[in-house]
Amino acid sequence: MDITALLLSRLQFAFTVSFHIIFPSFTIGLAAWLTMLEALHLATGRPAYRVLFEFWLRIFGVAFGFGVVSGIVMAFEFGTNWSELSRVSGPIQGPLLSYETFTAFTLEAGFLGVILFGRQKVAPWFYLFSTALVALGTTLSAFWIMINNSWMQVPVGYVIENGIFVPNDWAKIIFNSVVWSRFPHMLLAAYLTGAFCVAATGAWYRLRRTFVAEAKVMLRMGLYLAAMLVPVQIFFGHLNGDYIHDYQPAKFAAIEGRWHDEQPASEVLLALPDEASESNTYAISIPVLGSLIASMSFDSKEVGLTGFPPRDRPPVLIPFFAFRIMVGCGLVMLALAWVGTYLSWSGRLAQNRLVLWLTFLSFPLPFIATLTGWFTAEVGRQPWTVYGVLRTADAMTPFLTARAAMISLIVYCAIYTFIFAFGTFYIYRLLRAGPSGRGMLPPSIARLSQPLSVDPAPDKASVPQVPVGE
Amino acid sequence: MVMFWVTLLAVSILLYVLLDGFDLGIGILFGLASDEPRRHAMMSAVAPVWDGNETWLVVSGVILWGAFPVVYSVLMSAFYLPVLLMLAGLILRGVAFEFRYKAERMRWIWNASFAGGSLVATFMQGLMVGALVEGLPLSGNRYVGGEFGWSSPFAIVCGVGLCVGYALLGACWLVRKCEDEVRDEAYRIIPYLAAALLAFLIAVLAYALAMDFAVMTRWLDRPYLFVFPTAGALAAIALAAGVHRREDALPFPMVTVIFVAAFGTLAISFWPYMIPFSITIEQAAGPHSSLAFMFWGAGLFVFPLMLLYTVISLTVFRGKTAASADHY
Ligand code: HDD
Ligand code: HEM
Ligand code: HEM
Repeated sequence: MDITALLLSRLQFAFTVSFHIIFPSFTIGLAAWLTMLEALHLATGRPAYRVLFEFWLRIFGVAFGFGVVSGIVMAFEFGTNWSELSRVSGPIQGPLLSYETFTAFTLEAGFLGVILFGRQKVAPWFYLFSTALVALGTTLSAFWIMINNSWMQVPVGYVIENGIFVPNDWAKIIFNSVVWSRFPHMLLAAYLTGAFCVAATGAWYRLRRTFVAEAKVMLRMGLYLAAMLVPVQIFFGHLNGDYIHDYQPAKFAAIEGRWHDEQPASEVLLALPDEASESNTYAISIPVLGSLIASMSFDSKEVGLTGFPPRDRPPVLIPFFAFRIMVGCGLVMLALAWVGTYLSWSGRLAQNRLVLWLTFLSFPLPFIATLTGWFTAEVGRQPWTVYGVLRTADAMTPFLTARAAMISLIVYCAIYTFIFAFGTFYIYRLLRAGPSGRGMLPPSIARLSQPLSVDPAPDKASVPQVPVGE
Repeated sequence: MVMFWVTLLAVSILLYVLLDGFDLGIGILFGLASDEPRRHAMMSAVAPVWDGNETWLVVSGVILWGAFPVVYSVLMSAFYLPVLLMLAGLILRGVAFEFRYKAERMRWIWNASFAGGSLVATFMQGLMVGALVEGLPLSGNRYVGGEFGWSSPFAIVCGVGLCVGYALLGACWLVRKCEDEVRDEAYRIIPYLAAALLAFLIAVLAYALAMDFAVMTRWLDRPYLFVFPTAGALAAIALAAGVHRREDALPFPMVTVIFVAAFGTLAISFWPYMIPFSITIEQAAGPHSSLAFMFWGAGLFVFPLMLLYTVISLTVFRGKTAASADHY
């Protein structure tokens, strides 16, 4: 394949947006959880809630900073690399992103400062209110961005005038049926990410026998939430599949690894699809199940990829495997959440080191599922940017040179690797130090003892085990 | 409708320049700070509000995209490399806020990335405005200038000018928020920055008048427009008086007036062009259905709320920052 500006732009978009989505999917869940902790603390007065709040707030701060700086890149990338797309679909995508910015980003950004720095400056109810507004902001942001992306997946409510997409029915665009399975799917992915990260941290402390009280709360809250949400997530995943079947048959065929029309269709569980020979090798498949999953019938005819001209087919390998990885992660998460919840219910979780280890190691799963889910959705949409209407090749900035695209790709890779390395290291150190240390001290005491900006060394920080309550 | 969105765009850009201007400016001055307590005080003066300030950049960007898609598409693609470098600068200075507090031995990296990132981002913003004022090579609705079509001595001068301007805003903010040495040093540097900024503004205005006859006749035909430059000049005098009498609250509002005056002068010179002498506001506007959709929700109801959030966060953190400002 030639190194063209198009290829480089696609790589760059995939890289920057994948980097970006890691942080929102973590912060959306965490913001909701922080709100709950703060509310519980105000209601019950139990110090453990406050300790956990202060602890996770610091991690939230780092992750949120990443989300903001990488998101700003996204907002400009549409114009720099996809200027044709932004010109012709600007009348639709521009207003949608305006709503996202107006309703969500300003809310988050305005009140983030209050929750990070303002506890001493505002009344407790206003502090809780600010936390809730930040959580609301992150959710609204996900809502608008999913509407925007869903319009690109299933464009509705427009007419084309002089080559420009002119919206003629905003209600159709916003209440696009697809949004109502994709937005919950994304939101649940974010909540699961939060839940597994919290539970994994709890399991880690439990294994190290530190912060016992906090570990217990984290394990319980994380696992119970996950046990309830994973099944719902799988249900919405199924609805997503339904919409693809109805609106994007080529993507559906790629996900299923189905090359030829079949009646009744079988379901390929695992295989190595080969685009050159238009067939699968090493296929493990179950007869008839394909028709059952796709159309709820035993003898429906399902379309294969060869039913589409080659220039309209998506790449097969990425959607095929990405989808299976996502589903696999979902199933493992289901098993883990249910076993963990059962053990915790019967009071045996703390002794079961195997399950604690597995819970600890599970925190990458939701991130992997989220990324592979997006790869399925976006690569499966190719070769279209606006499905069926605007090809990716026509969406790009027409005069962009491979040299300029190469420079920007390298700059983003270098900067993101650099900050990501330090960011994960700092988050690791915060997690390792655990819920104690400076953040837990009432500021009047802390101010005397040391400048607050100096992070206590990790070993020092874990000494005061008993958090100073309020 | 079109007028409404031009106004909102202008307000957002102006707010961005003023708000992020002071924290980018502090970033630039940060590079000159001589020791850790000073750096800490400077950073604390903006840490709670920088995120909100930077959001106005996104607000301006999406208004441009939603209401004037052609202009968004032309400018972003024309300024491919400057936008890239601006974003790189903003990323580096943005993460520095969190990382600096968490680092120990590596703190110098984040000091450097805070100062360097602020400087690069500011320079690129000034450069883009300069190149836009000078005129971009367009054919129809597409930019045709190539990778470096924006580079010119004038654009570079504008980049430097904006660095001076933001540094001045930053210094005035420090005077307002800080005490002791930081405040005194800021007072010492303000006169130099202010003088440099005024010289720069006068030079730019003269250049714009000389460059294009249309701009010149506009000013000569409507002498009342000189109210903007005059207001700027009066504010400069008040600034000098405020610095002389060490009135901490005065310099920042006065520099704000200077910026508003400069902004107004620029806008009037090029009205009704959005991309000077190629695309007018009317030509750039998106379809009515898009503008109306944005107007009835985002414009009418949410925009005032956004102003309210900004006011709330500036009020919660008003007054001098405590010497050891609490980091959560
Ligand atoms: C499902 C959620 C989701 C998805 C798919 C995206 N974002 Fe995002 N974005 C968020 C959820 C989010 C978030 C949770 O609201 C932020 C705020 C801070 C953070 O950590 O993530 C965020 C931050 C954020 C910011 C910074 C806002 C600020 O200044 O505070 C911008 C400009 C964008 N995003 C733009 C985009 C674009 C153009 C996307 C399309 C590819 C995108 N985001 C995908
Ligand atoms: C286990 C059963 C699951 C099924 C059947 C399923 C199904 C799907 C399908 C078909 C898509 C593609 C949608 C499109 O092309 O627009 C998708 C996307 C996605 N999935 Fe899943 N999913 C499952 C589990 C999960 C889990 C556990 C997570 C995360 C924790 C997850 C996160 C995502 C994300 C983030 C997307 C991209 C957003 C979107 O397009 O809606 N999925 N899923
Ligand atoms: C946040 C999670 C997302 C991830 C991980 C993701 C992933 C990807 C990937 C891998 C590609 C490259 C596909 C290819 O060229 O083969 C892509 C392209 C693209 N996606 Fe997404 N995507 C995400 C969200 C979005 C959203 C929310 C939007 C719209 C608002 C969007 C719009 C686009 C556009 C414009 C392109 C480039 C043009 C194209 O290749 O179609 N993406 N994305």
